[in-house]
Amino acid sequence: MSINLGNTLKTFHQGGIHPDDAKLSADAAIKPLPTPKIVTIPIAQHIGKPAKILVQRGDMVKAGQIIATHEGFVSANIHSSVCGKVGVIDEMMDSTGFKHTAITVRVKGDDWAEEIDLSKDLNRSINDSAKEIVEKIMAAGVVGMGGAAFPSHVKLSVPEGKQVDHLLINGVECEPFLTADHRLMLERPEEILVGTQILMRALGVKKAVICIEDNKHDAIDLMSSKLEDYEGISVQGLQVKYPQGGEKQLIQAVLDREVPSGGLPVDVGAIVHNVGTTYAVYQAVQKNKPLVERVVTVTGRSLETPSNFLVRIGTPVVNLIAEAGGLPEQAGKVVSGGPMMGKAIADLNVPIAKATSGILIIDEEESKREQEYNCLHCGKCVEVCPIGLEPYYLMLLAKNHKTSETSQEHILDCMECGSCSWVCPSNRPILDYIRLGKSEVKKTQTA
Amino acid sequence: MSQSTLLTVSPSPHVHTQLTVKQIMWRVVIAMVPALLISLYNFGISALLITMMAILFCALTEYLIVKYLLHQEVTLFDGSAVITGALLAFNVPTNLPIYILLVGSVVAVGIGKLSFGGLGNNPFNPALVGRVFLLISFPVEMTSWPVPGGLLSGIDAVTGATPLGLLKDGLRSGLAVPEIMSEAPGYLSMFIGTQAGSLGEMSSLALLIGLIFMLQQKVITWHVPVAVIASVFAFSGLFWLIDPTQYADPIFHVLSGGVMLGAIFMATDYVTSPVSHRGMLIFGLGIGFFTVLIRLFGGYPEGISFAILIMNAFVPLINKYAKQHRYGTGRKAAFEVSEKELVH
Repeated sequence: MSINLGNTLKTFHQGGIHPDDAKLSADAAIKPLPTPKIVTIPIAQHIGKPAKILVQRGDMVKAGQIIATHEGFVSANIHSSVCGKVGVIDEMMDSTGFKHTAITVRVKGDDWAEEIDLSKDLNRSINDSAKEIVEKIMAAGVVGMGGAAFPSHVKLSVPEGKQVDHLLINGVECEPFLTADHRLMLERPEEILVGTQILMRALGVKKAVICIEDNKHDAIDLMSSKLEDYEGISVQGLQVKYPQGGEKQLIQAVLDREVPSGGLPVDVGAIVHNVGTTYAVYQAVQKNKPLVERVVTVTGRSLETPSNFLVRIGTPVVNLIAEAGGLPEQAGKVVSGGPMMGKAIADLNVPIAKATSGILIIDEEESKREQEYNCLHCGKCVEVCPIGLEPYYLMLLAKNHKTSETSQEHILDCMECGSCSWVCPSNRPILDYIRLGKSEVKKTQTA
Repeated sequence: MSQSTLLTVSPSPHVHTQLTVKQIMWRVVIAMVPALLISLYNFGISALLITMMAILFCALTEYLIVKYLLHQEVTLFDGSAVITGALLAFNVPTNLPIYILLVGSVVAVGIGKLSFGGLGNNPFNPALVGRVFLLISFPVEMTSWPVPGGLLSGIDAVTGATPLGLLKDGLRSGLAVPEIMSEAPGYLSMFIGTQAGSLGEMSSLALLIGLIFMLQQKVITWHVPVAVIASVFAFSGLFWLIDPTQYADPIFHVLSGGVMLGAIFMATDYVTSPVSHRGMLIFGLGIGFFTVLIRLFGGYPEGISFAILIMNAFVPLINKYAKQHRYGTGRKAAFEVSEKELVH
């Protein structure tokens, strides 16, 4: 059954680009990836303090057992994603390209911690209070799975004096190539709706909107058809435009509000959670299952079978690529995340983390940058900037280390979506210089 | 699995638009073809000859200066010298002596562009710098336009005045506008382009086809052309309403002279126009204002070249003050959850 949405497609009001969305794996059903022999679980997979390690080399752990606990409020618990024996605990390279402390677990069997409900039955009745929900989410180590990895329990703790009236569930997935959220909405729609209700109760809001771009029409139809049993939830279709999945853009598109410069979504009465996070919330609250696995898209133009895998956290990237047909000969770059904001990785043995939404393989010829020309002042970067900055000018200032000027031109409002670099006809590395400028401004602020 | 090749590691974004400088420049060239075809039909082979020579002279000037004077890598193939050459040709009569065209090309590329540091750094539109230099230096040659004679007409065709020239001379000799207009070509023929004029400026229709192509290809946005045309229409219309015997009507002003060519191809030059949409509108408004001012009260019958050059000088100022709306400032950012919203 298809429900007429009765409203037109919305979008954010300023800037944005239309790159080829290349959703090659949109029709590939989620497949569980075989458990690897060894997993590498970083203790800092989230924004905030790294977790404190609770295990020692040689300990036996079960899947879902806590192995590192949150340090302070802005931090997250880490659980073992497999059953086995704790191996080396040392500094290891992760997808950022830097070495960070990680725990390795050598897999033995597949026992899960007792309290976890592994059944696939849908559990619709929410029995926990708002406080209990936040505690369970915190215990399960749930973080924002759209890429930012911000601990979810922090977002659910609304500061004194602020009021939230809308919960937005982000199913936009505006990054080209990625389809993990799309598949999750198609295959676990009711779990996401129950998760949404859980988040609504935790926040005490009456209205939630599931936001989906129009290139996922099947997901819009499916989610809309299930709404009857879930009060207060609606589905909002959105025009396809990058970077619509950015919190600020999504709030502007759906609610016509703007998060103040330097502020948070809660300042305008909105909270945004990704659909992947919402699913993890369902698992945490209804099934007592911590965040130990996630859906990851493995894709690329020359990859044999672009796929969506259900992956245990800590699985090496190379395992996913092998399962999707192996690294193609013409591969030149491997990106963790999408092509617009993802990070290029240097080593295929780095682990999948809680916020790894995709692995993208870019061909050799596309992975090199083209020759840079003079700035023509064509204004295309100004036109596409969703924040309304002047990227060409920020680049010029940053290049000349004009720190106070870049600060005055609001360089810190840049969210690094990359639209300016994407559109520049002179192939100028605009965002590289803006990042440099931002780091210099931040240095002067902390000094 | 072994990794046989080293992976590239670079910051995001990892994809890029297909529309690069080269492609943009060649699309502009394509957009100029309809106007050239009309000119070819009107003036014969001399239109093509002048255009080709101007392109050759501009490209050659760029090549020689960049290679032997600046000792830099020649970036000729970005196509910008081709556009400067073609635009210069579009702004001169088809019977212009070749040596004058050569002078114009050297001034356009050498002084107008390269003396400021090359493409991207020039404050003034290079083709217009060349054109205005020629207009002041060779006023007779630059204002004796051949009358359209068809494909087979030679360089020595009959010359005649442009509609704007007719108007200026008529007003000077004390005639009223309606009397002069009876001798001027009709609007339809001006729209299609059969009046006397510079090589590429006559046919509004052909220029509009070029505009639609550039808009569709996302080479430019509508802001500058629409602002220029609307502004010329508004300011000339204002005077026409005041006294229709002294001032021609706004449709005449929009269709005559170089308004279309200027609005579509000259004022939209990336380098010498503002970066924000708001700035582009102000820029276009100013061009229209100065064009009408020069046409109605200045010494020259046509003023758009000067108007664009004047507004070019204002671009840094416009860029500084005409910023676009910045997310997170203003009314919508000052949102507070009202009682009413909470009830719903």
